[in-house]
Amino acid sequence: MISVHGLRKHYKVHKRPPGLKAALRSLFHRTYTSVKAVDGISFDIRPGERVGFLGPNGAGKTTTLKVLSGLLHPSEGEVRVDGHVPRLREEAFLKKIMLVMGQKQQLLWDLPPAETFELNRAIYDVPTLQYKQTLDELVGLLEIGDLIGKPTRQLSLGERMKCELAAALIHRPRVLFLDEPTIGLDVSMQATMRTFIKDYNEKYGATLILTSHYMDDVAALCPRVIVIDKGLLSYDGSLEALVQRVRPEKRVVLRLSEVVDASRLESLGKLVTHEAGTAVLQVKQDAVNATISRALSGLPVTDLTVENAPLEEVMSELFAENKARRLQTAESVPA
Amino acid sequence: MNARGLMRALPTMLRVSFAESVAYRAEMFVWVLSTTMPLVNMVLWMAVAKSAPVGHFGQADFVGYFLATFAVRQLTSAWAAWLINWEVKQGTLAMRLLRPISPLWGYASDNVAGFPMRVVVALPVVLLSIALVGAHKAVPQHAWQWGLFLVAVLGGWAITFLANVAIGALSLFLDSSQKMMEVWMVLFFVCSGYMYPVEFLPDGLRTVIDWLPFRYQMGLPVELMTNAHDLPTALGLVARQWAWVLGMGALAVGLWKQGVKCFAAFGG
Repeated sequence: MISVHGLRKHYKVHKRPPGLKAALRSLFHRTYTSVKAVDGISFDIRPGERVGFLGPNGAGKTTTLKVLSGLLHPSEGEVRVDGHVPRLREEAFLKKIMLVMGQKQQLLWDLPPAETFELNRAIYDVPTLQYKQTLDELVGLLEIGDLIGKPTRQLSLGERMKCELAAALIHRPRVLFLDEPTIGLDVSMQATMRTFIKDYNEKYGATLILTSHYMDDVAALCPRVIVIDKGLLSYDGSLEALVQRVRPEKRVVLRLSEVVDASRLESLGKLVTHEAGTAVLQVKQDAVNATISRALSGLPVTDLTVENAPLEEVMSELFAENKARRLQTAESVPA
Repeated sequence: MNARGLMRALPTMLRVSFAESVAYRAEMFVWVLSTTMPLVNMVLWMAVAKSAPVGHFGQADFVGYFLATFAVRQLTSAWAAWLINWEVKQGTLAMRLLRPISPLWGYASDNVAGFPMRVVVALPVVLLSIALVGAHKAVPQHAWQWGLFLVAVLGGWAITFLANVAIGALSLFLDSSQKMMEVWMVLFFVCSGYMYPVEFLPDGLRTVIDWLPFRYQMGLPVELMTNAHDLPTALGLVARQWAWVLGMGALAVGLWKQGVKCFAAFGG
């Protein structure tokens, strides 16, 4: 469905220091630097896949999504989405895709969302019956029946985001690019959005690429993740395998009925946190069973769970590894 | 988007754009106030012509001319350049580019949708003009004059809109082209017949202005509305106006297509 080979996107950026002198100098002489937003990445995505696109700020995630949706022209490389070259922005291509950006909106600010839905129906040439069915379904699933008649500017962020998603799906896109769709939403709204996105993917077989800084979004939605950092692809595979690679240790969470001395806990594994009634131990995978046995026999345990390390920690460790590798490479290059 | 799809989409686009244009009633009132410059010019030129006519313009001629200017301004104004600049800077042009229809149709629809409201403002002024100076100095007198006037209004709007698109598209290359639009507006005020009839200009300068687009945005429709030309002259001027429409159209579409390739889609 999506194939990307050797994609590069470089920007020319005007740089100048702050201050009046620099502002005046920039009138006559400007210094430009080239920013490598994406620097030669390749991947393929099958129809119906849900893929998480991860990376720190400025990694090149959004740039890649913009190239895939035809907004940006690549500097180099070959990109195809369902057989189309996105930069040509053919009508048939644009009718198959949608990019939802958490920080940009297509809803008409001064009018109720229902007007944007109607506008999209006309622009995407959606047959009336299909439009009615889709709208009823979206209104029901996203619970926006009371909202679509109010001016957009009077809706809360979460309400707006739900209507934004509905507007994006009126034409039932086969490929959905979601750029931080849950940004700024409360926990329950985030969960609603995740459930809805997953249902849409399963019902219509839509291919989905998601970027999010909320790891819960990624864990709930994306069996596969692609990690980019400084424009380079640093991982492409299952989320489970990524966690195993970066943080193979498991977390044993113990709920205790009485206060236990830290030294007793440290004898079982690395003590990550120790608060009243709860202790979290980090242990190697092959030592999990033994640790559990020892904990159950020697400590006042009322409950016990075994978990992976939180995704946030896994990702920050991966990014730190990448940074260290880059520094090492830079130092090894002779001046 | 193909022509049939466009024809199906346009009515909804226009309806939604109209709803947007009337969303703020106070803003509409302020907008009407901001277009009253021809009325100020009318008072000034009437004072100048109090003792003797200026050229062949007496006081009544100035009233007819500037009330026609007010009406034509309502019917031919466009503001796409400001909108394009804003959307390029904010990156919100991205949302238009994602749709399977050229954003230029969207801008055109936004500009045209305010038409009914502008007619509502212009019509009483035209009726006032008829009452003050008589129909022969206020509105076309023959069917052919009405026909050419309407074609010239459409042409005037098209040149104004396409110039806006061309200048707006420059912001895709230069990050901002608002100052260029301001320069264009200054030239428009000086050369179009908006501040004074172009026939007041010296012959040499007038020849230059005849070859520039500004007169065809404003002066020509006003002249046709006030019956200033016979049929052959009017036909020649309208033909020249539509040559500008075609030229400006080619320039606007060319700049837009090239500019979109440079779009950086800032933000988000």
